[in-house]
Amino acid sequence: MSFLDFIKQYEGFDFKKSFDQVKENDIITALSGDNLNQSDFLALLSPKACAYLENIAQRAHQLTLNYFGRTIQLYTPIYLANYCESRCLYCGFQAGNEVKRTKMNFKQLEKEAKFLAEQGFKHVLILTGSSRKQTPVEYIRQCVEILKGYFSSIAIEIYALTESEYSQLIKAGVDGLTIYQEVYDREIYKKVHLSGPKSDHQFRLDAPERAASTNIRCVNIGALLGLGPWRSEVFFMGLHAKYLQDNYPQVEVSLSIPRLRPHKGKFEDVFPVTDQDIVQIVTALRVFLPRVGITLSTRENDVFRDNLLSLGITRLSAGSTTAVGGHTSEFDEANQFEIADTRNLAQIKQVLAEKDYQPVLKDWMHLS
Amino acid sequence: MKDTLIIAGRAIKNRLFVGTGKFPRKSIVKDVLETIKADVVTVSLRRVDLDSQDENILEFVPKSSQLMVNTSGARTAEEAIRIARLSKACGGDGWIKIEVISDSKYLLPDNEETIKATEVLAKEGFKVFPYMTPDLYDAKRLVDAGAVAVMPLGSPIGSNRGIKTKELVQIIINEVKAPIIVDAGLGMPSEAAECMEMGCAAVLVNTAIATAKNQVLMAEGFSEAVKAGRKAFLAKGNQAEQIKAHASSPLTGFLHEK
Repeated sequence: MSFLDFIKQYEGFDFKKSFDQVKENDIITALSGDNLNQSDFLALLSPKACAYLENIAQRAHQLTLNYFGRTIQLYTPIYLANYCESRCLYCGFQAGNEVKRTKMNFKQLEKEAKFLAEQGFKHVLILTGSSRKQTPVEYIRQCVEILKGYFSSIAIEIYALTESEYSQLIKAGVDGLTIYQEVYDREIYKKVHLSGPKSDHQFRLDAPERAASTNIRCVNIGALLGLGPWRSEVFFMGLHAKYLQDNYPQVEVSLSIPRLRPHKGKFEDVFPVTDQDIVQIVTALRVFLPRVGITLSTRENDVFRDNLLSLGITRLSAGSTTAVGGHTSEFDEANQFEIADTRNLAQIKQVLAEKDYQPVLKDWMHLS
Repeated sequence: MKDTLIIAGRAIKNRLFVGTGKFPRKSIVKDVLETIKADVVTVSLRRVDLDSQDENILEFVPKSSQLMVNTSGARTAEEAIRIARLSKACGGDGWIKIEVISDSKYLLPDNEETIKATEVLAKEGFKVFPYMTPDLYDAKRLVDAGAVAVMPLGSPIGSNRGIKTKELVQIIINEVKAPIIVDAGLGMPSEAAECMEMGCAAVLVNTAIATAKNQVLMAEGFSEAVKAGRKAFLAKGNQAEQIKAHASSPLTGFLHEK
């Protein structure tokens, strides 16, 4: 069984018609009950639900308070390398782009780690491009060994691995996996992933499941909003999270809602996603999946991020850079995409305090 | 009236145990604990940051309170045991709340794994407080495994739905020879009072206090409700005492009439 079987069931499905058939009563029912089903979720994502956005937001806010309290977990990304063998039209680091390629050596990584740890970060997300050749699993494993000395939680956002490779990294100290399907629609996926390892839709789709079956602690999935029509994409994303929860209940599943940002190269085939759409997405996901964490990255600007806080967000990145070694300015190289919220950790903490939220820097620890 | 709960050799006056997660600021945790003179305070080890004074939740727990470290995040007995052992590093004196949750959908405790962890940790000298899904047989197994108290849930964590498991908890109170502390799900002080009226030794509350608009006031409300419920329980006497106390027998007295 794979989540692909679920996606296949919906091939040829007329989403527009289904969304148009949603009645106001369906939205009210979805907001009044617990244990929502697929139809309830569809109702919350429908255009008609826009008229009930404040009601959905109120419910989402209350559910988030109940299950997460007034706390927001903070982390920062570390870009280890930008070598890439995949050609993905929407990404600044894709193989086809002329950018200076680089990778941190262990000494540079140690410097970066020390700098971030001194700032107070305890949770980090390490990233590489899609290149097994330049950033093999063994290199990433050695990086994890170094970072373990500085941080209490290490998550990876790298190319899709096999089960035994995930197992190696978990053993080394990785407790979280972030992997975005980017786009669930198989036709669009094919269109935007021209070549390279990432062009294998199913290998990527099954990656969270492979990691979950090796007993990773947390899995964070998402769709890159803008690559496909958002309503059906978010529907699949929510159902993918539920599928993982149902089949791997021991894994903490969370969601990200990245929206396409300007980057090097031209990609104009974007399906628009407005700020109001993002609000509908966050709140519908929260009401459908009350106990799932929702991450908001610095792709969104500061004002919008601050306003989204009370609607269901549970995790924020801070002091972000999308350049390799970007925290210690060792390199002056390309960025994967433009950061919209450039605030450092102290500034984010200040904003959270003003909004009556407690920043949580440490929320796990290595057990071995 | 003197009515002190004694658990693991410690005298506890305030039977409202307080959890420290979910608060908007750590300083409010301190205000809450000081205002109600909390005797027992739970802290998740996963949130304890010994590297930073500003971030370390332990700095906000009064020294007079008994610290109970919880194993939040543990999915198996083995993980709970490791977290408990790591907790020694933060200066706790061995009071540990075992929380093993292998279900991310409903956050229900896994009794089987909890029993296994209790057995190991009690033997190592920890004062074990297991959080459990209410079940009489498992509650007895926990006590046999060395638990100093048993903590059945009132309703799922964060649900604020009150004591939905009332009948099951009442049976555990009646049958298990250890203090019963309802943990999780209590949304309002009246529900805490209800637990105490049933004969619970204490209750543990976090979400309802931490997410209230005025956390200190809500904590005071809970603290007073716990006292009120306890007084009512003492005032009515427990069932066994009532049975023993029936000196006259208006319905069956005829059997003894000559």
